[in-house]
Order: sequence, then structure tokens, then C-alpha cells
Amino acid sequence: MTIALRSFAGALALSAIFLTGTALDSGRAEAADMVVYNGGDVTSLDPHKLSGDWEDRVAGDIYEGLMTEDPKAKPVAGQAESHEISDDGLTYTFHLREDARWSDGEPVTAEDFVYAFRRLQAPKTAAQYAYLQYPIKNAEAINTGKIEDLSQLGVRAIDDKTLEITLERPTPYFLGALTHYTAYPVPKHLIETNPDDWVQIGTIVTNGPYKPVEWVPGSHVLTAKNEEWYGVDDLQIDGVRFLSMEDNSAGFKRYRAGEIDWMTDFPKDQFAFIEENLPGQAHVVPFAGLYYYVFNTSKPPFDNADVRKALSMAVNRQVIGPQVLGTGEPPAYGWVPPGMANYPEDGARVEWADMPYGERVEEAKTLLSEAGYGPDNPLNVVLRYNTNENHKRAAVAVAAMWKPLGVNVELNNAEVKVHYADLRAGDFETARAGWLADYNDPINFLDLLKSGVEMNYGRWSNETYNKLLDQASSMQDLEERGKVLKEAEQIALDDSAALPIYYYLSENIVSPKVKGFEDNVFDKHRTRYMSLEE
Amino acid sequence: MTLYAGKREALEDAFLDREMPRGKPRSLTRDAMRRLRANKAAVVSLFVLAFIVLAAIFGPFFIPYDYETPDWSAFRAPPSIESGHYFGTDQNGRDLLARTLYGTRISLTVALIATTVSVIVGVLYGATSGFLGGRIDQAMMRFVDVMYALPYILFVILLMVMFGRNVFLLFAAIGLLEWLTMARIVRGQTLSLKEREFIEAARASGVSTFPIILRHIVPNLVGPVVIYATLTVPEIVITESFLSYLGFGVQEPLTSLGTLIAEGTDVLEVMPWLLLFPGAVLVSLLLSLAFIGDGLRDAFDPKDR
Amino acid sequence: MTIDLPPCGGDAGRQRGVLAGANVSSCGTLRRYPRRHRKHPMLRYATFRLLSTIPVLLIAITACFFILRLAPGGPFDQERALPPAVLANLRAYYHLDDTLIVQYLRYLGRLAQFDLGPSFTTKDFTVAQQIAIGLPYTLIVGGSAFLLAMVAGVISGVCGALYQNRWADYGIAAVVITGLVVPNFLVAPILQLIFGVKLDWLPVGGWGDGSLPYLIMPVIVLALPHIARISRLMRGSMIETLNANFIKTATAKGIGRRRTVIGHALRPALTPVVSYLGPAAGYLLTGSIVVEQIFGIPGIGRYFINAALNRDYGMVLGTVIFYMVLIVVLNLLVDLAYAWLDPKVRTR
Repeated sequence: MTIALRSFAGALALSAIFLTGTALDSGRAEAADMVVYNGGDVTSLDPHKLSGDWEDRVAGDIYEGLMTEDPKAKPVAGQAESHEISDDGLTYTFHLREDARWSDGEPVTAEDFVYAFRRLQAPKTAAQYAYLQYPIKNAEAINTGKIEDLSQLGVRAIDDKTLEITLERPTPYFLGALTHYTAYPVPKHLIETNPDDWVQIGTIVTNGPYKPVEWVPGSHVLTAKNEEWYGVDDLQIDGVRFLSMEDNSAGFKRYRAGEIDWMTDFPKDQFAFIEENLPGQAHVVPFAGLYYYVFNTSKPPFDNADVRKALSMAVNRQVIGPQVLGTGEPPAYGWVPPGMANYPEDGARVEWADMPYGERVEEAKTLLSEAGYGPDNPLNVVLRYNTNENHKRAAVAVAAMWKPLGVNVELNNAEVKVHYADLRAGDFETARAGWLADYNDPINFLDLLKSGVEMNYGRWSNETYNKLLDQASSMQDLEERGKVLKEAEQIALDDSAALPIYYYLSENIVSPKVKGFEDNVFDKHRTRYMSLEE
Repeated sequence: MTLYAGKREALEDAFLDREMPRGKPRSLTRDAMRRLRANKAAVVSLFVLAFIVLAAIFGPFFIPYDYETPDWSAFRAPPSIESGHYFGTDQNGRDLLARTLYGTRISLTVALIATTVSVIVGVLYGATSGFLGGRIDQAMMRFVDVMYALPYILFVILLMVMFGRNVFLLFAAIGLLEWLTMARIVRGQTLSLKEREFIEAARASGVSTFPIILRHIVPNLVGPVVIYATLTVPEIVITESFLSYLGFGVQEPLTSLGTLIAEGTDVLEVMPWLLLFPGAVLVSLLLSLAFIGDGLRDAFDPKDR
Repeated sequence: MTIDLPPCGGDAGRQRGVLAGANVSSCGTLRRYPRRHRKHPMLRYATFRLLSTIPVLLIAITACFFILRLAPGGPFDQERALPPAVLANLRAYYHLDDTLIVQYLRYLGRLAQFDLGPSFTTKDFTVAQQIAIGLPYTLIVGGSAFLLAMVAGVISGVCGALYQNRWADYGIAAVVITGLVVPNFLVAPILQLIFGVKLDWLPVGGWGDGSLPYLIMPVIVLALPHIARISRLMRGSMIETLNANFIKTATAKGIGRRRTVIGHALRPALTPVVSYLGPAAGYLLTGSIVVEQIFGIPGIGRYFINAALNRDYGMVLGTVIFYMVLIVVLNLLVDLAYAWLDPKVRTR
């Protein structure tokens, strides 16, 4: 055999080494499976190790807490068919459904919930969202290691099907908090026998309407009906393929080709295109979230409320949503997004909200010059944002709006991890931040400006504000509480504690095949309420 | 016409094992220039390149818009003669022509930085290795071989993580990873040069190692360095666009060709101008550099191909 | 049979210069090695090559480890700041609260037992498990792309050489150079739009059942720059071979053009293409990051980027180690194949 023929053969043989892969993927894409563009990769199927809304979409299908969400994301009875709340608002008693079972047929017991809540708060579990259940008695103390005895947690099983939860203080949103994945039960019988691998496909058991049957990291999680779930007979969709995809323009092409039924996000630039070519498929609705810029109030000149006010006034919020972003985000002149429960309909607003933009710019110039900044002594600001197309556009627009005031803006973007590490360390001047509601209560947002709270990146501090929040936390009368909270919000806005820009919109596109998808302010859409039509 | 297949192949083939010609080294360069002028593709490319470079440097002075100020009346505007936005505007209402010119400027700058760093390191390393010879040479070249086996792009991304957003620093660092081919060529040339009489004369008269390398060996490397640079610049421009795609581009409001194209790709149906104009500039830039590099290589390596 | 490496310099040495592995300059050291152990020279050589990469791996691992730790941001920094107590719990859980040196030594200790450790971002799988899951996808797409690049590259290269400086040559060159200068993150969406969305001939993305339609676009996008490189290599070496004396002799003897090219010239002209296999893994890596992202293929190319962004230390180190070992092994295989195939090298 001649040399080169051999070398060619050798080359082919080498390339063939590449091809040693085995049969991959089950390819189980039956007609009644729904395909969802789900954003990031799922971190875990263990509800105590989650932190993202994309994970919630999976976890919320495969687990069910004492309470669960209805199609409008309101809390309704889940594994507990009924509950009683004591008059002082501190003790909740839940009665579990007799037919609540794990996917292996074992009954779901009150003990499973006790075990789950203890595991959530145990320091060695290192659950990232444990603090959402801090309203439970001693939860915070256990989670921070002040109490080591887990049995001190205010959750106990009265019998197999009765659970009692005691709170630190009355918490009006506690039933809502119980719908969160931190309150899902975990299968005690399985974890105790198989603590390391219980969460693997093939071993895991769940108590929700679906169970996970396949998980390829970086690709998808596939679920199928849980035959043991009490309402399985009413389920319309056989299973869901949650795709891990972060490139939404690639995802949108697949959607258009009919490969995806529901996208949980879409490229904003395509909004006009969708409205025109796929009418009715874009679901752009208010979302309980606030997009804002934070000032580092521990550093001059941002310790000066007038400087903050000037910068805030000069931002033309009417332009950002409709023009810069193109999806029409509503401008934010207050801190708490509209539509929050336990809050007055007309929340607080900045006093200059209705002033025409031209006048606002003039007043902003005056405020800055009073603070000593002007053409001779320009204010230099570094504006930071985490790397993202939308944040970039907003920052570019805001920088251009500040420029006429004689403010020189340097933009600085970093990956999300670096951005938030620096925010926590106070290493910034002004920076982009955002907050999505975890539960339906204004305290969620107002806490962001309280002294000593980790997420109060700007270290803005106001004694009266803190006092009002503390006062509200022990109030039972929700209407009075709402008024006190609104008073606090007004204080923060008057002092320009931060710079609210717009309220988030949830942006789904849903194929006309999918029925039962109901828009709601928490952007939670459980598969059990949907169906697929050809 | 011989388009290069890869920098390493092109250069090593031409320079690694060739005997250095005896006689005046200058005449080699002059010969090469003569051959280059006869290469039509290379000559046309030279003009195209010159035009792009001049436009990037002086163009911004002649257009009414700058690259960072939004035109609040024209967001996402398609190209139009009346409004003066000849290339249209982007989603922030900024003039695309101005941004393309600035982007070209930035892309060329980072490419030049990386290339310069890699040439300097490569020449010094290769010349030192070749000149010292023996075990040191063996060890130094072994190190180069090892570096070739590293997954280069992974290290670029790690450096990105490390340096954060300082693009100029980053590309200096990329230059530090790119010098390997240069070092090997320079070593080869040095090995054949150092046996020559004038080096021995210098050594005999007591001149120490480094001055000899600098004064006598480096000037003989003009040819390979020029070719190397024309082949490296497009490589860096592509690396830059790859990093932009991953979201590691230059800081706003600055931009680069890679960033513009990465952004334009997402909207190619709804705002095609955002892709077409920067894309056309990038492709002409890379093509002209490729033809020039190729022409230079053929000119310096007159083997009939 | 000995497997002496080619001498430094000279014709074979020059072609070997294309390899990314350790050869040309170090052949002095390497050549002595097999001679002393004539019984299993191939094995000795392979062992030596593999062993000699261990220090390199070690240096690279060390560099990666400390660069990552010095980089700002940590694995648990995120949009919603964690309460300090929870953060402390997490750091303790993953032993991130030890000093760097202790962590480094622990990592090396585990590595010595082939344990790549846990992943912070996909907590239910270890790093090794994830690499094992993603590997087949990457190999199938990468391998197919490489086969395509070889076939298309060789054919177009030979055509280019045969029709040197005629319209066919220019046409091929134009197509090929487009593959080099148009970034693949631009080619991929355009193909998706045309063949997936508009014409509806192929699935836009995903893996599906792994059948051919799902592979076509990713493989083409990944192969394009390699088709270009191989085509140019092939064209150059074919022209050189056609000008060699033995071909001239053959032509003089009256053997037909086609027989000359296929029967005599093709084989020697192929050798530089074989060499190109070595650095392929490195090149394919860069491409696979983009291709896997855009087409939604769960291979390991994407892992690295996501892991680096998320400061998933174990995953970053795991992928770096994996790719380095892969590249080293591929280079070694190519070298061995080369030494075994090339009689000039073999019979020295």
C-alpha cells in the first residue's frame, strides 16, 4: 500500500475516533408534549438548591407545596386541602389531602413537610433562598447558626396529615410565601436512604402533577404526568420539554419554525415584527418588578440629595420604554410597582412626576449648580450595568439625557457576577439594579431601602423610614399598615433614595396552539392549567 | 494567486527552512516589492485597505453626527439621504456611519496592539533562542511547542475574566499568546544568520549578545515581520468579533466592527442595515488584508506555486 | 521498524511544522529515547510524550486556578444578594472558606484520583458527569464536521490546483475565503433563517433524535473554516507535487492526466492535510462554542463560557484539563500515525 493512501486511511481512522458517540437522547417528542424556551440551565431538581425563575417553572410543575398558584398566580389550596389561622395571626394549621402521594405511591405526610422546612433552614444545606421562609418562628436563628437544634423550628406535625406552623410575627403574605419552591416538601423516606443521589433521574420522586423523566444538562429537562397526583385525570398536557437556551434570537427562529410552543422571553427588537406577523402571540403585560439605578450615597457627591434629585429628574422615562427598548415598559415614578396586594391603589409618586420634561431639565440644572456643579466644574459619573443588551441601551440613553446637564458619564459594564459583587462591596457610583417580587406584598420592595439590608446597595439610610417599616411589621390591620408603608415610600422618593426608571413587563410569546395561558402579574403559568390543540 | 491557508503554514513554509540568501539583504526586499507590484489582487487590496484606514481616521471629521449622541427624532431609522443618516441609525438613535467608522478605528487599533506585542515578544524570544543555541535553545523551543498545545481561546476568555473590561489591555495580553509562530521563524533565521562572517566579526570584537541580536539580526527580519503582521491583523479582528459575540466587546459608547456585527446579526431581518454596512466593511478589510498578506508571501517566497 | 522522528529542518520536518504538538525542535531529545528501547519503541515514545505533558498540564491548571480566584466576583454573587449567613453556609459547604493554598492542594489531591469535583451551577451533576454527558454530542458534531472538511477541502483543493489561475480556481478561492472571513456566528443565523424558517427544509435547532437533518447545519457551520484551510493546504501542496520530477516523468511516459493526478500526485500531496488533524481539536473548540450555543446542542463547548461567567471554578478547570488532554492525545495519535505511515520517516 502506498504511503499516502495509508496516510489518508489513517486520517480517516483518526476522524472516526471522533465518532465513537453512542445513541443519544430518547427523542421522545410526542404530539402532546409542550416545548418551552426556558432561559438558563436548571441548577438542580432539589427545591432547596434553586434560585432562578426558569427553575421555578420546572420545580412548580413537579412539586406542590401546601398552597399552590391558580392560573392567575393567586394562592389556592395545594397539598393542604384546608387550613385555619389563629386569631393572633401566628399559628397556621394545615390539613393535608388524604390522596396526596409521592410519585412512587408513598403518602405525602406532615412529617415530609417538617423535614423539608428543617432541611431548608439547616446551615449545611446552604439553601440560597432560605430567607423567604424567615417569617417562620426561629427560622432565621437556625439558618444563621444561632440555634443549633433544628426541632426549635416553628413547624411540627400534629399527626400524619396535620401540620402546624408558628410564625415569628403576623405576616399577611405568608400563604403566598408557601407557594414558593422553598416551601415544597421533599421525600423524607428517599433522602434518608439515599442522601446523595436521590435527586438523580430514575431515583427522584416528586409530588406535583408532573415528574422529571429526562435531564440533559445544557439541553433540556423533560417531564411526564405523575400518575399518583390527585388531579392527574384532568391534565391536558402529557409532559413538557423545558429547553435550556439563552440565545433568544436563535430561540425565536425555532419558535417561528414551530419547534417551540412557548418562549418565556423574546428579543425586544422583534416586538414590532411579532405584532405585525404573529398577531396576538406576544404577551407583554405588567410584571411585579422594578428597574432602577442605585446611587452610592456613602460617596460624595451622591450623599447630596439635590444631586440625586437632579439626575433623577433629568431621566425622561417616557422615552426609555417605548423608544429605546421598544416594548413600552411603563415609566416608574414610584418605588412599589402598581397592583401590589395590601397596598393603597395609588402608591406614592415623586412630586415632580407631572412636570413637563423641559422644565424638569431646567430645574435639574439649577439643582446641580446649587450643589456646585456646572460647565466649569462638570460632574463626572461612572454608570455601571451588567452585560446585557437592554441594560446597555437604557444606560446609553440615560447617559445622553444627563449630558445636557453638564454631566460626563462613563459607562462601565461587567458580567453579572462581578457587577453584583461590586455592588455589595459598595464599589460603584451609580449602577443598574432590578427587583422582582418574591411574594405579593409591598414590603418586598420597601425592604430594599432599609438600613442594614444586604440588597440596599446604595446604603441609603433614613431613621424615620426604618421606624415606619418596623412599625408596619407588627400591624394586623392591613389597611392601616398599607398607609404607613406608603408614608415610608414617600419619604424615600422625596429624598431621591434611588432612581426608579421603569416597571418590568413580562414578555412571553405563546403559540396559538397553547390554550389556557393566562397573563398575570407574577408571570407564573403552570402547565396543569394549559392544553395543546393542533 | 495563493490565498493563505493559515498563518503558520504560510510563514513556516516560506521562511523556516530557507537558506538566507547571500549578498545584500536589501535587494531581497526590493525584489519582493517588484513582484508584489505585479500581483493585481494585492495592489487592488492595498488601495482598498488604504481607503478603509483613511476613512476610519479622517472620516468622522466630515460627517455631521458623532458616534455617541442619540438623534431623538430617529430611532431605528433606515438609511436615508435626506436625514443625513446615510447608514441609518441604531436602537439608540445613533448614526451608524459614525459608529462604523469609529468601530473600524477601534478594531484596527486593538489588532495593531496585539500584533505589535506579539512581534516584539516573538522576535526577542526567537532571536535569543536561536542565537544562544544548545540546551537553552532546546528548552526554549520545547516551551513554544508546549504553548501550541494549549487551548488558546480558553485562555483568552480567562484573561477576559481577569482584565474585565479593559479591551486594550486584553489585546495586549492576546498578543502575549500569539507570538509563537513569530518566535519559530525568527529562531530559524537567526540560526542561519549567526554562522555568517559579520556576526562572528562582531562577536570577536567583543560585542555582547543582545546588541548583536538587536543590531544585526533583527533588521534582517523585515520580510517575515511584515507578512506576519498582515496575516495576524485579520486573525485578531476575527478574535475580537468572536469575543464581542460572547458579550466581551469594548465598553459603550465605544464600539468595534465585531460588536456592530454581533449586534446586527440579531436584527438582520428587522434592521438589515445594522448588519450590512459594518459587515461589508469587515469583509473588505479582511479580504484585502488576506490578499496583501498572500501577495507579500508569494513575493518573498518566489517558489513557483 | 523504528519510529525515528524526522530530522530538524528538511522537507519532512517542514511539513511536520504544521503540527501543534511537540516535534521539530525537540526531536533531538526524542530521537534518542526510542533507540534505547527498541523492543517497544512506539509505546515508549507514546509514554514519554504523555508523561512530558504532565508538568505542562500542572502549570496550566495552576495558572487557571489562581487566575480564576483572582478574578473579581464569586460563584454565589447574583442579582439578589444572599444574606451573609447563607453565603457563609454555601462557602463552607463547598470548602471555599479555606485558604487558597489549602483549596489548591485539595483540588490537586482530588485530581490525582481523577475526581474533577462538584459543579456550582448544575449541582446535581459532578463536573466529570457533565463532561461525560456532553462529550458524545461534541464528538459527533465535531467529527462529522471534520470529515466533511476533509472531503470537501481535499476535493476543492485538488480542483483549484488542476485549474490553477483559471476561473474555477478563482471561484473556489472566493467561496473558500468567505468561509474564513465571515464569522460563524453570522453564518449560522443566516442559514437558520433561510433553511429553517423560510424554506422549512431543516430543523432550526436542537438535537431531536440526533438524525441527519438536525446535524446538517451545525456541521456545515463548524466545517466551513476548516474546509477553507484544508482546501488551501491541499491546493498548495498539490501544485508543488505536480511540479515534482516524478510527476513530470509520469506525464512524459504518456500516462493520462487523470491517472497521474489520482494515481500518483494525490497521495503524497495529502500529507500536510494529515498533519492538520492535530491542531483540529483546538480549532473545533472555538467553533463549537458558537455552534452549540446557536443550535442549542448540549455539547461541552458551551460549558466553558457559562462556567467562566458563573465562576464555576470546578467546571472551568475541568473543561480546560479535558481539552488539553484531548489535544495532547490527538497530537500524539497524529504523530504516531505519521511516523508509522511515512516510509521516509520509518526506514531511516
